[in-house]
Amino acid sequence: MIKARITVTLKAGVLDPQGKAIEGGLSALGFSGVESVRQGKIFDMEVEGDDKKAAQENLESMCAKLLANTVIEDYHVEIV
Amino acid sequence: MKTAIIQFPGSNRDRDMIAALTKISGVAPAKVWHTETEVPDADLIIIPGGFSYGDYLRSGAIAARSPIMDAVRTAADKGVLVLGVCNGFQILAEAGMLPGALMRNAGLKFVCKQIKLQVTNNKTQFTHLYEQDEVIPCPVAHHDGNYFADAETLKKIEGEGQVVFRYAEGTNPNGSINDIAGIINEAGNVLGMMPHPENLIEPDHGGDAGKYLFESALKPLLEAAA
Repeated sequence: MIKARITVTLKAGVLDPQGKAIEGGLSALGFSGVESVRQGKIFDMEVEGDDKKAAQENLESMCAKLLANTVIEDYHVEIV
Repeated sequence: MKTAIIQFPGSNRDRDMIAALTKISGVAPAKVWHTETEVPDADLIIIPGGFSYGDYLRSGAIAARSPIMDAVRTAADKGVLVLGVCNGFQILAEAGMLPGALMRNAGLKFVCKQIKLQVTNNKTQFTHLYEQDEVIPCPVAHHDGNYFADAETLKKIEGEGQVVFRYAEGTNPNGSINDIAGIINEAGNVLGMMPHPENLIEPDHGGDAGKYLFESALKPLLEAAA
């Protein structure tokens, strides 16, 4: 079995109102010096087999087809 | 003349849409469950509003990959009219049948109110009964209506008249780029919009400006069938 972590983040330049709200929340708690917050998603995946290269390709295909909306999001697959 | 409405788990504006279609066309639409793989013969397919799959992952993301959507895409490729309202617009964008994406409202809150909608292209099969640049009232109710497209896509849809509706007079409720409220595909037969014209079809709704959208789409079909 192969374990992987997929990270999906908004593309640079796409407004992230939730990240902005979190920035405001951190500031309200007294944390200073936070210059930017961008919110994203993590998917922890377990896939059959032991061929890491094939798993990487398969997971990237899953990202492109469903896990990320590539109009607004980038994805990164990391076999762990 | 036949219409069909696609229902997903979590659709909740489907009944409003069925009532509107029945009242305007005199014919009840065929109801199609999302696990079906074929759409019955129809001249207009509607994807209604709601919260398909609880908006899990992204609004419309799972619904856009439902079995029925291949059939909707095939019908659209043949020229059948397709209208997606609210969640329906999100589903069409997620399915890649319309350009761009609908993101979380810039103000982060769910908005449910009446806005002003400008018809920025009345030369479509859905809007020819409106005047060019006519401003109508229309209700919106959504959390993820913030339209986004990259600069290149935006230039193309703006340049080719694909922006059919815009929020007018400072009523943009969600931060949509260029105040975009509704867009049509290049072929001119697939329209997605966040506002709810089906909720503005009779005086008791506070106006009937929404019914002209359905009449625009249906009248030529009804006349052809007569």
